[in-house]
Amino acid sequence: MDADADTRPVASGSDRDADGSAATGSPDTESDEQRPLEAEATGSETAGDLEPAAESVTFTWDGVRTGFLTCVPVALGVGGYGIAFGVLADQAGLSVAEAALMSATVLAGAAQIVAVELWADPLPVGAIIATVFAINLRYSLMGAALQPWFRHLSPAKIYGSLYMMADENWALTMRDLKSGSGRGAFLLGSGIAIWVFWVGATVIGALAGGVVGDPTQYGADFILTAVFVALAAELWEGQSSLVPWVVALGTAVLAAEYLPGRWYILLGGLVAAAVEVIRYDS
Amino acid sequence: MTPDLPSALSLDPFIVGVILAMAAVTVLTKVGGIWLVRRVDLSERLEAGLSVLPGAIVIAVLGPELAAGGPAEWGAAGLVLLVMWRTENILLALIAGVVGVVAFRAVL
Repeated sequence: MDADADTRPVASGSDRDADGSAATGSPDTESDEQRPLEAEATGSETAGDLEPAAESVTFTWDGVRTGFLTCVPVALGVGGYGIAFGVLADQAGLSVAEAALMSATVLAGAAQIVAVELWADPLPVGAIIATVFAINLRYSLMGAALQPWFRHLSPAKIYGSLYMMADENWALTMRDLKSGSGRGAFLLGSGIAIWVFWVGATVIGALAGGVVGDPTQYGADFILTAVFVALAAELWEGQSSLVPWVVALGTAVLAAEYLPGRWYILLGGLVAAAVEVIRYDS
Repeated sequence: MTPDLPSALSLDPFIVGVILAMAAVTVLTKVGGIWLVRRVDLSERLEAGLSVLPGAIVIAVLGPELAAGGPAEWGAAGLVLLVMWRTENILLALIAGVVGVVAFRAVL
């Protein structure tokens, strides 16, 4: 929490500027104390590879590259999961091209796997789309959590990067941004790594089809769990994490028991955030 | 599933439509949250709430998954934690977890 305060400037009304006129935001609505910070962020963003100032967020090729390279080990794990998805999609009757198209455009592992589990003849289109939406609602929270850093970027960069957001690279990005790196392009770079491995593994899995058999015998079903355990270890911030995490854990386990689908993920995150808002003393 | 197996490259227009609809709602969820918070000024109190989201969501994903598992999954999860703690190497931790879960499932 303390570390956050350093990297997160106080909210200002200047966000709307960036919305209207990409990144060159006029400082007319800003208070005086906000102006230097915003100017700094805007300056370094347009200046590309210049040395970033301590608290600014930049969007550079170096950020893309660092994100990509950092994410490759995790993307390998995602690849294992992608093979499992490809096999499931093949068993559901999708062609290799259709499975690859889904991985390339939807890019949301859990939702895709649940969707192909729902796949039947005739196709329950409404149920599939509603389920995908519900499973992926957590992405809204995850995207919102990036705002303290993304506020410095233009809408095109923000929304383009968010298209590449998956669970794994979002968590890596949060870790990187919280360390004060100011690498606004990290999400895009790490997302490209996820995309390449996810789509590639989908094709391999769909081609392998029946040959692979039951993926659980290789422990492939445990990969996503392992990824999240590893991410939890990294996201732990000490004592201050304890209460929100216990709240999230209790809420999620209870909700998973009594609610259908993946609502427990959304609920666990929201309740923990709500408790933190109530607990917070300014 | 059907007797006339589709060739690897076939793209059924109807299925492509369903896939693109899935992609569209997914994009909505990915950009929706930040679109919303960019339009309201966040108090420090609200930002404190947002800041616990990353860890809380990871735990919310993990909790029910581990609760549904057994000693093999719990042991393997512990192994991932241990390797992460000692080496901070994600790839090593993942390999340890997957090898561990296969081994534990065979033994337990």
